Amino acid sequence: MEGNSLREQVAAMRQSLFDEEILDKQFVQMEELEDVHNPNFAEELMTLYFRDSSKLLVSVEKALERPPYDANILDKFLHQLKGSSASVGANKVRIETNKMREALKAEDVERTKSQFQLVKRAHKTLKGKMEPYFHLLRQAGPADAAQPPE
Amino acid sequence: MLKSKNATTKMMALVVDDSIVNQRIHHKLLENFGIENQVVGNGKEAIDVHCSGKHFDLILMDMDMPVMNGIEATRMLRAMGIRSTIAGVSSHSSLSEDTKEFIEAGLDDYQEKPLTPAKLVSILHKVNLHV
Repeated sequence: MEGNSLREQVAAMRQSLFDEEILDKQFVQMEELEDVHNPNFAEELMTLYFRDSSKLLVSVEKALERPPYDANILDKFLHQLKGSSASVGANKVRIETNKMREALKAEDVERTKSQFQLVKRAHKTLKGKMEPYFHLLRQAGPADAAQPPE
Repeated sequence: MLKSKNATTKMMALVVDDSIVNQRIHHKLLENFGIENQVVGNGKEAIDVHCSGKHFDLILMDMDMPVMNGIEATRMLRAMGIRSTIAGVSSHSSLSEDTKEFIEAGLDDYQEKPLTPAKLVSILHKVNLHV
């Protein structure tokens, strides 16, 4: 009974992540790579992603601190962040990162800085939702094969 | 999914990408297809692994990497006489100037990231054509 209720909770949490467009279908691709040898592949990837992306955000923050900033280096960091966000299905982070790249290209300093706040917020929201989701997923135990979002 | 047990016909792949996230995904994707694969972090490491005598049927090459990028590495591998199937895998649009330069460096295929099983199947068809 408890198992079913937990699984329902997990399914509901998962669905809301897609409904709110925090995640996209690339996350489902990662879930589908899971097998008996790597049953928590999506969680492992997300952990790697957060480690990688957090370092990139610190690099961007540091680069923006000292004007005039080097737009090429900044774009390099943002390109990496966009790439890894796309790979794990971190939809909102990817979208906000792209908007920041556009502001950077337009040489709009104020918009670049304000957009960076949105990138950080999207990243924090994602982390805040994925951690309890994976925690609950582990508690619920093995479930049916991953279902695509409705 | 093919899982060849014959050592002489088993496909070997090389993943060349500086992103640890993409390395893991591409490694697992290939593994799930039964394709043994090695992972390196930039173009220079891809060259070095070939200089050490290793041969690969398929190379998944990222474009933007430190030390040596995918365009330079592809050019150098072709100049070295490497005829393996090299598939460029990058987040650049297939229509961008950088991508055109990447293709002209000697790619057999180009797929936009993120790589999916369907895109990998499309790449694998190119490997078969080379045989």
